[in-house]
Amino acid sequence: MSGATFVLNGRSVPFKLGQFILDAARDNGIQIPTLCYLKGLSPSGACRICLVEVKGARSLMAACSTPVAPEMDVATDSPRVHEARRLNTELLLSAGRHDCLLCEANGDCGLQELAYRYKVDGSFFPRNEDVYPVEDINPFIVRDFSRCILCGRCVQACNQLVVNRAISHGYRGKDSKIVTGGDNPYHQSDCVFCGQCVEVCPTGALTEKKMRGLGRPWETKRIRTTCPYCGVGCQMWLHVKDDRIVKVTAVEGAAPNDGRLCVKGRFGYDFIYSEERLKTPLIRENGQFREASWDEALNLVASKFTEVIEKHGPDAIAGVSCARSINEDSYQMQKLFRAVFKTNNIDHCART
Amino acid sequence: MTNSFVDFAKAKMIFVIGSNMTEAHPVAASFVKQAVLAGAPLFVADPRRTALADMAELHIPIRVGSDVAFLNGLMNVIVTEDLYDKAYVESRCSGFEELKAKVLEYPPERAAEISGVSAETIRDVARRLASVKPVMLMYTLGITEHTCGVNNVLSCANLQMLLGNVGFECGGVNPLRGQNNVQGACDMGALPNVFPGYQRVDNAEARAKFEKAWGVTSLSDKPGMMIPQMLEGLPSGKIKAFYIFGENLANTEPDIRHVEHCLESAEFIVCHDIFPTETTRFAHVIFPAAAWSENDGTFSNSERRISRVRTASPPPGAAKPNWWIFREIARRMGHKWPSKSAREIWDNEVSALAPSMAGVKYNRIRGNGLQWPVPHEEHPGTPTLHRDRFTSGLGMLVPVDWTPPAEVADSQYPLVLSTGRRLYHYHTRTQTGRAAGLNDLLGEETADISPLDAAALGIAHGEMIRVASRRGEVKVRANVSDRIPEGVVWMAFHFREACANWLTNPAFDPVSQTAEYKACAVRIEKT
Repeated sequence: MSGATFVLNGRSVPFKLGQFILDAARDNGIQIPTLCYLKGLSPSGACRICLVEVKGARSLMAACSTPVAPEMDVATDSPRVHEARRLNTELLLSAGRHDCLLCEANGDCGLQELAYRYKVDGSFFPRNEDVYPVEDINPFIVRDFSRCILCGRCVQACNQLVVNRAISHGYRGKDSKIVTGGDNPYHQSDCVFCGQCVEVCPTGALTEKKMRGLGRPWETKRIRTTCPYCGVGCQMWLHVKDDRIVKVTAVEGAAPNDGRLCVKGRFGYDFIYSEERLKTPLIRENGQFREASWDEALNLVASKFTEVIEKHGPDAIAGVSCARSINEDSYQMQKLFRAVFKTNNIDHCART
Repeated sequence: MTNSFVDFAKAKMIFVIGSNMTEAHPVAASFVKQAVLAGAPLFVADPRRTALADMAELHIPIRVGSDVAFLNGLMNVIVTEDLYDKAYVESRCSGFEELKAKVLEYPPERAAEISGVSAETIRDVARRLASVKPVMLMYTLGITEHTCGVNNVLSCANLQMLLGNVGFECGGVNPLRGQNNVQGACDMGALPNVFPGYQRVDNAEARAKFEKAWGVTSLSDKPGMMIPQMLEGLPSGKIKAFYIFGENLANTEPDIRHVEHCLESAEFIVCHDIFPTETTRFAHVIFPAAAWSENDGTFSNSERRISRVRTASPPPGAAKPNWWIFREIARRMGHKWPSKSAREIWDNEVSALAPSMAGVKYNRIRGNGLQWPVPHEEHPGTPTLHRDRFTSGLGMLVPVDWTPPAEVADSQYPLVLSTGRRLYHYHTRTQTGRAAGLNDLLGEETADISPLDAAALGIAHGEMIRVASRRGEVKVRANVSDRIPEGVVWMAFHFREACANWLTNPAFDPVSQTAEYKACAVRIEKT
């Protein structure tokens, strides 16, 4: 069936059997806007932003969850589609308090992008002011229900991606809310603060508390690095402003973590800015540590090692390397022990 | 790991033993849980009913330290019921007859008696593991942190080879490494018996190669000491100078009182660290080091993937990269090392000297990195080891016997203490204790005990209790949990005051010198 084609905006293009319109369009260079769509997970069709016009169909179809059929005629940007997206964006905007001034998602918000693209400001419908209060009690994640569009991405990520199964859709109708078991706050629920819900939230409903006020998305540069905690080696973006990490997110589609992080990787970065950091070499004298220059401290160590080797032989020195630090550091340390001291008394916590 | 994380979510069947993955390796656990959602049966062998066990087809609550007996019991069934992969064993393995003779000594009834798992369960699990190919096996420190740690590992490998599961995608023997670069520190030769790339120091050819590369003569051919011997060497005077780079031994080693006595008696200790720790108190000189996001370099993860680490901000004050400090000491002892950056160290030295990493250069590891072995610069890396043949030729089946932990419960200390990590902290909290928020989620240590033991002693959930072993005692809050089996106390080593290592037993595996953090005898009482 590799020869199957359908009509996309008047052009006959190929698709893979079983593909949804959204993916087939992307493969053919047409981007259809989405809010709830999460790559790799089953489509929910909740946000109705990816609506497209399918010739012969009674209503507009959600591109994320409608499979392509051979010779199907799809228009992704017709006036009817345009109008429906505009209206849906208006409805989403009116459902809560989508003011961008203090929103942490400003500049990195799917809804804001749609409003800009379809030139709507949320004034068409009366605004719903009857929303659940903000949950700001745990140390990491702010849940602002007034910015929640109930797209369900967080629920999908929690249940299908990281499989922590801490949140789901709760209540019904106008009372709908994303809830934990028993609708408790995150810190009193099964939530393990991996922050995957924040990572996938397309609006400012779920944001990181730690970075509040520290920088707008366009002010930060992203640096790719590897997590400093366990042996999985997750790939992460450090969002850096003025030489300071303000946020950490997962690198999407990268090995080995495929867009995920855990609580330590995502939120455990700021130890490096602790005031308790060691900032100068220290030498112990009469039971007290005093500050020293690099030259003094290094010379002292070099002369002490030389003395020990002369008096007792190289095997009177032993060393433990660090399983947290970079490869190059461990290489240098074993080289120092082997090539300079002439001993193999070098180990690290390899077995623990 | 013989295999890769990408295999986890695609696995057909998963056997996890001695790994509390959802807390110690949460992202790895997410892939396992996805495999379960996709229909893969999961078996979890662990004394505790871990969060991962909640998603398992079967949780197998083996007794602490009974792994070899349980695994030999499984293999007994697999051999006696003719369920093993004969073609695989014949063509790719050696030692089958010896292994067979050994596992025949462990009929399910005997394995049941030792492991506390019923003979029917052992038969059932064995048959089910043999019903799917390949099965993916993962383990963590629940396997290695025993006086029989090496035998536990051999048993896991025996099982997987017997079932013909090694050398295939979604199969293999997969130890999840505890620390971000423990794999890398091994690869770099921070071990007493090997140069970088696992080239043995007692091999004359290897020594000649490194002597030439490093411009030195007479490298030592004598394998060096491991950490426990180093510590013992301090009070005995055998070790005069001790160099501790980024380790908090005073909290992480078993029997803190004894470890501190060793450190105290040292003639000269040098530390590199990013914070003052319980260990730097014993130093004579402390060097301030650049931290994770303050230098460029590489980490190697559990799946042998070499990935980049990049600088986000400069180190505070006068702190310097560790590699620079080592280079300066070498220079002051008359050795001029040419490499002036982590990149030069890797590209010009590591990759030039370690054949398994010869094809890894900084310009090749920009994105997802590379998994060694990478023998040359066109090589794409090796996600699965032992594909067509074992690296060493034939896979060695090694018969092993079960041995009990060095210290078992008795009338004086009637409970077993087992230890590990919790989700919200990492090791001795030098890092996580200083990251805002994590202390709010977990602010103190607890002793996790079963409702039965709690009831027997009249201990309420949240009550302060005393946990005592032959080494020491701590006061700690009781966490009464039905995830803990009767007779077991479970603690972590994140908090100094109630650190499990005041209690743990400094008994070591005779080969690996790994301490038996997972089993010692304790008693608990109300305070």
